[in-house]
Amino acid sequence: MSRQYLIRRLMIAIPSLLGISIVLFTVLALAPGDPFGELASNPAIPPEVAASLRAKFGLDDPVWTRYVHWLVAMLHGDWGFSFASRIDVDTLILQRLPTTLIVIGAAQLLAILVALPVGVLAGTRPYSLFDQIANTLAFIGFSLPTFFTGLLLILIFSVRLDWLPMVYRADLGATGWRWFVEEVKQSIMPVAVLGLFQGASLVRYVRSAVLDVVRLDYVTTARSKGIGERKVITRHVVRTALIPVVTLVALQMPVVFGGAIVTEQIFRVPGIGSLLISAMLSNDTPVVMAVTFVFACLVVLFNLIADILYGWLDPRIAYR
Amino acid sequence: MADTLLDIRDLKTWFATDDGMVRAVDGIDLHIDRSETVGVVGESGCGKTVTARSILKLIDMPPGRFEGGQILWQGRDLLPLGAAEMDKIRAREIAIVFQEPMTSLNPVYTVGAQIAEVLREHEKLTRRQAIDRAAEMLSLVNIPNAKARVHDYPHQFSGGMRQRVMIALALSCRPKLLIADEPTTALDVTIQAQILELMQEMKERFGMAIMLITHAMGVVAETCQRVTVMYAGKVVEEAPVDALFGNPRHPYTQGLIRSIPRVDRAATHKERLEAIPGTVPSLVDPPPGCRFARRCRFASDVCRQAMPPLKQVGPGHFVRCVL
Amino acid sequence: MASAVVLLAIVLAVLLGPLVWRVPINEIDFAAQLAGPSWAHPLGTDDLGQDILARLLYGGRISIAVGLCAMLVAAVVGVLVGAIAGMSRGSVDVVLMWLADLFLSLPQLPLLLLIIYLFRDALTNVFGSQGGIFVMVVAVIGGLRWMQVARLVRAQILSIREKEFIEAARALGASKIRQVVRHILPNAMGPVIVAGTIDVANAIIAESTLSFLGLGFPPDIPTWGRVLFDAKDTLDVAPHWALFSGAAIFLTVLSINFIGDGLRDALDPRRVL
Repeated sequence: MSRQYLIRRLMIAIPSLLGISIVLFTVLALAPGDPFGELASNPAIPPEVAASLRAKFGLDDPVWTRYVHWLVAMLHGDWGFSFASRIDVDTLILQRLPTTLIVIGAAQLLAILVALPVGVLAGTRPYSLFDQIANTLAFIGFSLPTFFTGLLLILIFSVRLDWLPMVYRADLGATGWRWFVEEVKQSIMPVAVLGLFQGASLVRYVRSAVLDVVRLDYVTTARSKGIGERKVITRHVVRTALIPVVTLVALQMPVVFGGAIVTEQIFRVPGIGSLLISAMLSNDTPVVMAVTFVFACLVVLFNLIADILYGWLDPRIAYR
Repeated sequence: MADTLLDIRDLKTWFATDDGMVRAVDGIDLHIDRSETVGVVGESGCGKTVTARSILKLIDMPPGRFEGGQILWQGRDLLPLGAAEMDKIRAREIAIVFQEPMTSLNPVYTVGAQIAEVLREHEKLTRRQAIDRAAEMLSLVNIPNAKARVHDYPHQFSGGMRQRVMIALALSCRPKLLIADEPTTALDVTIQAQILELMQEMKERFGMAIMLITHAMGVVAETCQRVTVMYAGKVVEEAPVDALFGNPRHPYTQGLIRSIPRVDRAATHKERLEAIPGTVPSLVDPPPGCRFARRCRFASDVCRQAMPPLKQVGPGHFVRCVL
Repeated sequence: MASAVVLLAIVLAVLLGPLVWRVPINEIDFAAQLAGPSWAHPLGTDDLGQDILARLLYGGRISIAVGLCAMLVAAVVGVLVGAIAGMSRGSVDVVLMWLADLFLSLPQLPLLLLIIYLFRDALTNVFGSQGGIFVMVVAVIGGLRWMQVARLVRAQILSIREKEFIEAARALGASKIRQVVRHILPNAMGPVIVAGTIDVANAIIAESTLSFLGLGFPPDIPTWGRVLFDAKDTLDVAPHWALFSGAAIFLTVLSINFIGDGLRDALDPRRVL
């Protein structure tokens, strides 16, 4: 992969980040009333803090100046002060972000581990019994809303069987090996809910990509080489089928973050998703804005990663 | 017949489709001797490609299936062989070059890696050795600067160059038989001649037999020793190349030969190029008689009642026609 | 086919059900708190002793109405944007498609939550608590889902406008708008219908998600997501409450998705995804 390709992808990421920030800011600017009206009436906030916030957000400046000020502040990590938690927003988010990333990462991994073999098997045996079962399960999987699957799992594994803890605890009160086991146990359900939802749509993507690739000429060439069906599938079919799948996975990322918010809320996972909900319920505007912004940045970041993967998987792209 | 490499007997390859059973190859016989070039000609859809792919068992099953017959490779029937046994034959004994050089190579691997893959599989070479051999093969097929180009991807080669790569790939394990399935059809005319010349050159060097599938009679006349003419899943005529062009017996063969454009005649006699009227009939439940009867100007009731047998009309010259 | 029957049954049930099952949705009965299914309450009762069947039948109307209206918003916006982009080409096309790409990469749920968070009070003042939320939820869900339809319409227009009958219409001097309305849109409808069908399911999920997070409809409007939200804290003693409301969402979404898939096979057999 060439360096120009990398740089070009980076250059494309910047306008989309700017675009997203404009959309966010527009929403904020269009919001009726004073988003900081809460400040004046909230006795917990000293008047000077309220005044400095008003000044920082420049509520009386023209829109474009306000946008630039706001963007510069966001990019500096200067995200304001959380009224509800009484600490700086950036500190708060940095505390919560790793948990969210770990849950999402583990869920993606689970999704790939399930969907890749299932999708490949289904795609190489189209309309077989296995394919039909896999297809039906995939349909059920992505028609089940994450909040319902989450409750179902809690009902089965926590309430009925009592195998897994119902809610996630940040402070486990254990150390070493025991801490690890507890940590894994309490992560199983959130990761499974998110991962299986993702995996369900991934199965369909992989299947259709494999279906498209197996009938291509170079797969016949590979078969004529006498390298065995296994190598034909893994080296020649799966390897190229992954290229479109990567793009589709990147397109799915916004949905994944939505699922992460719901999952964190159900299992009380202390990530930025549950932070967003609790900030909304307590009218904590700086936190709400910052978390939304972080989610937007994450989407752009994952799209960038997908682009890089794409260039790495498909030599034709990187040379163009 | 000690020198017979490949002997196909009464091969039937059928395909199950929504419209019924398509008898793409319906009982053909064909043999190829050591170091011989045999042409297989016929229109599109006559079963040439299915025959070629049947030999290496590259037919998708389902929908395809072998309904009967034998494919004897040096006396051993390939049809009952399992996948592992078949993989020992592929590339090492019988190799194939396809029609479409643009799509026959995997776009995500370098051409060197794709040639090396087959060498590592069959000759147990290390990665290094295999790449070196791949470069050797590339220079053998006249790709300039082969040592560097071995690390290039297929999209960095032109169509003609890719077909050279395909030939290098096919010959890398020194097969005894090269099946070339319309290797020049997708190429420019000038490139076509170069590829045919290259195949000739490779044949002299390695001494393998070639099964050349084509619909261009001119190509056959130049390169083959023997020709098999197929029509609608059946062999209609088989002959040494001189006998076929000098004394074509089947009306279909005659039609094919007449449809070759000839510069000398067209210019002087203002003769129109003759096309064979009609198209290849449906291969779903074909009628009992001769399959060419509907397009044949000599057809009589006898032709429509029963399939004529293949009869000998000269040394090595067989024809499936009542005439 | 089975999915069409299931969906039809659900739609008929929420349309006609409240006329047949005349138990009020908000009749509080502390004697029957969190009771399991019985003859008096076929799907049991909730923590206030309210009849779950009645609430689900009523809430289903809102959930499905939100889904349909949001789809309509998405389809109208999408067709408009796609048609404008496809007909104008040039810089308008570039900007509109860039906008579609941008919207596709927006984190939908956080943005949805943000908009509702910021605009809730204003709209409630204008339309009343129920109407305000409904308008907002529909507008926002629909407004964040037009991109796919826009792309489909644009792609269709680009491919169809080169075909002869458009040429013929152009030669006859048909105006651009007339061309789009009379000739191109009918041809582009197949994929749009498929996308619209799937959008109904997505909108239902989006609405349920909002309500489930406690940020959608208020408690006195028992949409399916809201019922599930209320039910989640009593999973251990009254699992039926959550199960029935979740199953209602799941069955509706699943059958719509299956129908969308069937339509896609019927209308556009070449596309697999």
